[in-house]
Formats: sequence, structure tokens, C-alpha cells
Amino acid sequence: MEMNEFIEKFAEAVDMDAAGLTPETEFRALDEWDSLSYLSVIAMMDEEYECQIETAEFKQLKTLAALAEFIETHK
Amino acid sequence: MKFHGVGITAMAAAVPSRVIENLKYTEFFPKDQVKEVVEKVGIYERRFADEQTCSSDLCFAAAQKLILDNQINRDEIDLLVFVSQTQDYRMPATSITLQHRLGLGKHCVSFDLNLGCSAFIYGMSVVYSMMQSGNIRKALILDGETRSKVYSPRDRRSAFIFGDAGVAALVERDEKFDETTLSLNSDGSRADLIMIKGGGYRHMSSTETLRERVVDEYGNIRSDEQGYMRGGDVFNFVIREIPRDIKKTMAEAGVSNENIDYFCFHQANNFINAYIAKKMKLDVDKIPHTIEKYGNTSSVSVPLTIVSELKGKLDGKKTLMLSAFGVGMTWATGIVSFVNTKISNIVEVENGLPVDECLRREYTPIETGLEDIDSQSD
Repeated sequence: MEMNEFIEKFAEAVDMDAAGLTPETEFRALDEWDSLSYLSVIAMMDEEYECQIETAEFKQLKTLAALAEFIETHK
Repeated sequence: MKFHGVGITAMAAAVPSRVIENLKYTEFFPKDQVKEVVEKVGIYERRFADEQTCSSDLCFAAAQKLILDNQINRDEIDLLVFVSQTQDYRMPATSITLQHRLGLGKHCVSFDLNLGCSAFIYGMSVVYSMMQSGNIRKALILDGETRSKVYSPRDRRSAFIFGDAGVAALVERDEKFDETTLSLNSDGSRADLIMIKGGGYRHMSSTETLRERVVDEYGNIRSDEQGYMRGGDVFNFVIREIPRDIKKTMAEAGVSNENIDYFCFHQANNFINAYIAKKMKLDVDKIPHTIEKYGNTSSVSVPLTIVSELKGKLDGKKTLMLSAFGVGMTWATGIVSFVNTKISNIVEVENGLPVDECLRREYTPIETGLEDIDSQSD
């Protein structure tokens, strides 16, 4: 999976600018992050990558790179 | 599950007269937060029952409207199923009190069905089965909910979602009805996704269950007597199971998207519904919705959407797909034959009574105040 493309899709789901986001970004620390963004991100993961994730699994993931890695291993 | 020659011949609905404007529902949360949530879930108005109004009162009004509009002989109603999780009493079952209030005969089989959002389709399965096997002439499905009384207004995960309503559906046998296919599912391993923990017999009502407390890092407040919903997990569950069940049921019924006149989804919130429609590539013109004006009314939302949005559109033979999911978890899909189903106008209820006085009906009160007399003969 192309990391930049994933970051673009993440930014679109959370409704923010992708500039400034890196694989190391801890997404929960973003000003834009809230429980509604969580729904948008799991919808994006399902729609774009056919990847479904339980809340307990999601809670373990801290960075965008970790999210991307989860998708890679669970597609 | 397949049925022939049985179907819903008439429907009516009732809502409380009190309108809640969600964007103004700002007593406990700042305006900008409210706006963000409201726009995301797509719920702008809801109806809240007042203190005197129960699910049974909403169903009573809907049933009266149905019976009077269609000049139904009350003695011919042989079955009444009340579908709800907001019943009047812990006992007796609310269906029995409705038999009395509606003036139905004592031969009328009456019982409650305790299930959440998918329950109207479950109710159809029970009533259709009994219609096919017995000599029941007419049956009523009364489905009512007052979920506004269930959730804490200070828990933002549920405060803006739920509304109240009741419906009445008349089921009859008639060869004009084509095949109806129903799929019913349950997964109790997910029982704690949506739950009211207190007030039953596992965690009986106590000062502890009634205590309101902060429940999470966002500062949401509720007691164990109020419902909670783990929205993220529900959403995950829905996007996995619902499209799959719809496809399976449509294949069983031998229909494709073009054969379906209307897709009637449980009105959970607009985020979920828009997502399913997009994922399944459905024609949005065939998806009636009421989420914006009535909110999530639990099991009532599918039949309420039919009454509200399909009046005048059910002439001739129609095939509807019904899909609903929720607490349990349970989920259900129906490919349902409708033929000239008569739809009444929605009526309103205030202080427990239909606003339209013509719909009221005298009956001996259910609570007589004599409960302490003859206490030996329990």
C-alpha cells in the first residue's frame, strides 16, 4: 500500500488537510480527532481496503503507520 | 422463512405532538459540538413522549386510526402482538392491556415481543407463521417505543439519536399476496454493545443503579438504569453483517435490485444508512427515509418510514426490502409483498391520549387502586 495515498484518504475521512501528516503522526493527538472521526476512519478502511477492525484492536494502534500496517495484514 | 398468501393490508402510525429540535437541544453541550453531531447523524427533529405517554398509548392511537379508517370489525381480530422494549409494566404484558383498551374480544391471542430495532420483522415472522397455520382472521402488530425515556440527555453518544413513535399494522390472509421471504439472525456474543444494565433481575434497581456518574474520558454522564451504545462497534458490526444478509435474502427470494420497489432501512442514523446505500450501490430514489424528522425510533422506524413516506405509493403489487439491526445484537431482512396496502395519515398523541378526540375510546381503567384488597389471592 502506498503510504502517501493512505494518508490522503485518512485526511479526507477526518476532514482535514493532509499536509503535516506523516506515518509517525499519532492521530489521537490531532485537534480534529474525535469519536466521529473514528467512525469515518473505520468506514474508509472498509470501503477503500475491505478491512474491518474491532474497537479493541483499533485502541492498540497509535500512529498512521500502525493503522496502515494493520490494513496490510488484515485485508 | 417463506410465506405465501399473507400480508399487511393496512398501516397507521402515531407520534407524540412534542417536537424536539436537535440543533436547539443544547442544555448540556455547547452549540458547536451539537451542530457537529447533528450534521453527522443527520437527525434534525425528533418527537418526545410526555410523562403521561407510553409506547402503548402511541400504539393505541395508531390502532384506533387503523380500525376506524378501515372499518375493521374488532371481533374479527384474533391476534395482537405488541412489539416493544419500553412496556408499561414489568407485568402484565402490555399487549393484554391493549386488548382491553381497544375493545377486542377475549378470544384474541395477545402477547408481547421483547426485541429492539429489528423487531418489526421478527413480529411479522411470528404473525405470518400463526396466520398460515391457524384459523386467525385478522392480526394486529402494534410496535411502539419511547426510547427518549431510555437514554441520558448528558451522554452525547446517544443524546441526539432517539425518538418516540408507535405503529399499527393489520395482517390478513389473501391470495393476492405473493411470496414473502424473511431472514432473522442473532448474535448474543455482542449483547453488551447496546444495553440497559440495571432494573432487570440481574442488577435490580437500587440506589447504585440509579446513581448518575461520569462514564468515560469524554465526560458523558448516565446511570445504569439508562441505555448505552458502543457506536463504533455497532457500526463495525453493521457494515459487516447487513449487506451480507441483504444479498443472501435477495438471492433466496430470487430478486435483484431492479425487482425491489423500495428499500426500507432501519433509521439508525444517516451516517450508517448513507454508507450502506453507497456500499451496496443502491438507487437513493428507492430509499425512503425519516431519520431527519423522527430520529431513531428503534423497531418502529421501518414501519414508520413506510407510513410516513410511502402513502399513495403502494397501489398495485409492490415488493419492499426491509432491513433492520440493533440491540441483541439481532438483525433481519425481509423481501415483502405489498398489494394495495392502505396507509392512514400519521396522528399525534398528547398526555397519553390521541389529540384527535374521535380516536379516543372509553374503557375501565387498568389501575383501579385496589391492589391491596384480597392480597391473599395473588
